[in-house]
Amino acid sequence: MWYLCMFYHRLLDYRKAEVESLAQLFANDEEDQYKTQRLKWRLPLHHHPDSPFHFVDLPSEDVARNVSNRSILVKGMYELWGEGGSYEELEEAIRSYPDERKLPYLEPDSTFKINVDTFGKVISLQEQTQRIHGLSYIPFKGRVNLKSPEHKFWLMETDDYGVNNGLPPIVQRRIFFGREIGGADRKLLPTYQLKSRTYLGPTAMDAEIAFLMANQALVMPGKLVYDPFVGTGSILIAAAHFGAMTMGADIDIRVVRDGRGPDCNVWSNFKQYGLPMPIALLRADNNLPPWRTGLKEIFDAIICDPPYGVRAGGRKSGGRKLMKGVVGPYTVPDDKRTDHIPSTASYSLVECVHDLLDLAGRMLVMGGRLVFFYPVVREDDNVNNSFPEHPCFQLIATSEQILSSRYSRVLLTMVKTSQYTEEIAEEARLKHKDFKENHLKWLEDGNLHSAVFSPSDLPLNGAADAKTSKEPKPKYRGKYV
Amino acid sequence: MRLLTHNMLSSNIKGVTNGFPLRIEIEKVVEKQVEFNPDFLKNMFPKIEWKALVNASHSMGYVELPEEVEPSRLDSEDFLHKFHHALLELHLEEGALVCPETGRRFPVSKGIPNMLLHEDEV
Ligand SMILES: C[S@@+](CC[C@H](N)C(=O)[O-])C[C@H]1O[C@@H](n2cnc3c(N)ncnc32)[C@H](O)[C@@H]1O
Repeated sequence: MWYLCMFYHRLLDYRKAEVESLAQLFANDEEDQYKTQRLKWRLPLHHHPDSPFHFVDLPSEDVARNVSNRSILVKGMYELWGEGGSYEELEEAIRSYPDERKLPYLEPDSTFKINVDTFGKVISLQEQTQRIHGLSYIPFKGRVNLKSPEHKFWLMETDDYGVNNGLPPIVQRRIFFGREIGGADRKLLPTYQLKSRTYLGPTAMDAEIAFLMANQALVMPGKLVYDPFVGTGSILIAAAHFGAMTMGADIDIRVVRDGRGPDCNVWSNFKQYGLPMPIALLRADNNLPPWRTGLKEIFDAIICDPPYGVRAGGRKSGGRKLMKGVVGPYTVPDDKRTDHIPSTASYSLVECVHDLLDLAGRMLVMGGRLVFFYPVVREDDNVNNSFPEHPCFQLIATSEQILSSRYSRVLLTMVKTSQYTEEIAEEARLKHKDFKENHLKWLEDGNLHSAVFSPSDLPLNGAADAKTSKEPKPKYRGKYV
Repeated sequence: MRLLTHNMLSSNIKGVTNGFPLRIEIEKVVEKQVEFNPDFLKNMFPKIEWKALVNASHSMGYVELPEEVEPSRLDSEDFLHKFHHALLELHLEEGALVCPETGRRFPVSKGIPNMLLHEDEV
């Protein structure tokens, strides 16, 4: 059945991907599963793809409710009773919508509320009341209850508003009326906002994005989620909120173990929200993972923000030896071993991504998801063919978030579709070589990673918005919002 | 460090061929409750090296796990609770994991194993 899906007007490229992932998460049987893997979308008449209004074909009202209630970006999911370019057209549409769909929600012993929402303009309370009265042709028999109505109806209007408000260019007025099925619980965001978190690092992940990552990863109670670059734990916090068991590793012992004291560390962040503690935190190098031979298919999801930055940049064990390739290994004197802090070599983007894919190929269950950020230079608008690949994985979603006129970060969602074999490992090594050659220019552009991820450019939250607002505001901001 | 983690880790020092299981050196063990989830346990079971788990739980002073186990045991609630306790609730807070081949100690402090290798070990 088709539902009207109204999105919050932000993170445009994340919106459909989130609904698609959650639809798969909540699909009940194989038939639903099949349908949700190829979800159908369409746009209202004359709407731009960036419009907040979309229609989506979901298997059932239950799926629609679960998806929208769990989502971060769905403002509301509605059963559409009618739409039109004018109030006359709307009335005609609502009148001809089948009674058997309408009457169960209009019964005398029910309670209801009608809300008015306008996109791209503000209307007064008085106008709102007028519009509600204008709906008197709908035979509402229930009692109005503004606080906790059983049925919520929405009258939503977009207009042919001006040009300079950062909204998508919709050419014509469109009015929708529908019954609410569900919507995001954005109260989560102030609860988890970084501002009030005890232990923070320069690259802690914004709470909204962390929740979106957890949704892309299909996090559920009883699943095991791993972050190989755990830092202050901000991604695992979102996963734990949705009920997952969590594990994290980081190369930096101060970050992962010590934090800023006994009540300000990764553990205390979980405690702050009353979340179950991670099952494990480790100090380990993702370039030389500490897993036993033969261990495989143990994580349901791997979610991370790999170290692409300079300040929070990647390190790996090996120090001078690996960096220069000529210096003989430094032998640590026996009496210095306990407190020895191994020096580390720098860890390139390509190597880091390769290790991540290799780890995920081996350690994810079949159907498990790898969700991570990847930086891109915005040269041509065509970034699709330059994402990393691995024979175990199918790339199913790419969500771009523009950070400046030249750089973006893209959230990649990959599904493990093939078993990890020795042949695949070898194939991956070869592919990885190609990939490296094609992308040498990125490596040469020494500023890339720092420009994309340098924490000094990015305030702790609302990173992207704050960054772009320093630039002259384009008329239509598209993916900038 | 929980025994699930112990069951996953090994000493990957260059040249070491059998770095698993790591011997547990105990300074302080604590019990930390974890919510019981039978589905999670059933998923984990086939991935666990059973003998290593049994020995590790012994070294932490827990002797309730059977030496040998058939997957059919997963139908027993009583067994699942013991498995749950051994896998997730015994927690090495301070101590070390010791490489069975070289004797190299990987310290565990504040519950966090330090698995980073030295320059001459990679
Ligand atoms: C972009 S930050 C991720 C921050 C994290 N999401 C948080 O909530 O704080 C990258 C992290 O990777 C760690 N790191 C860098 N190189 C690593 C490596 N080779 N293996 C494991 N962790 C590494 C850094 O110490 C840093 O904490």
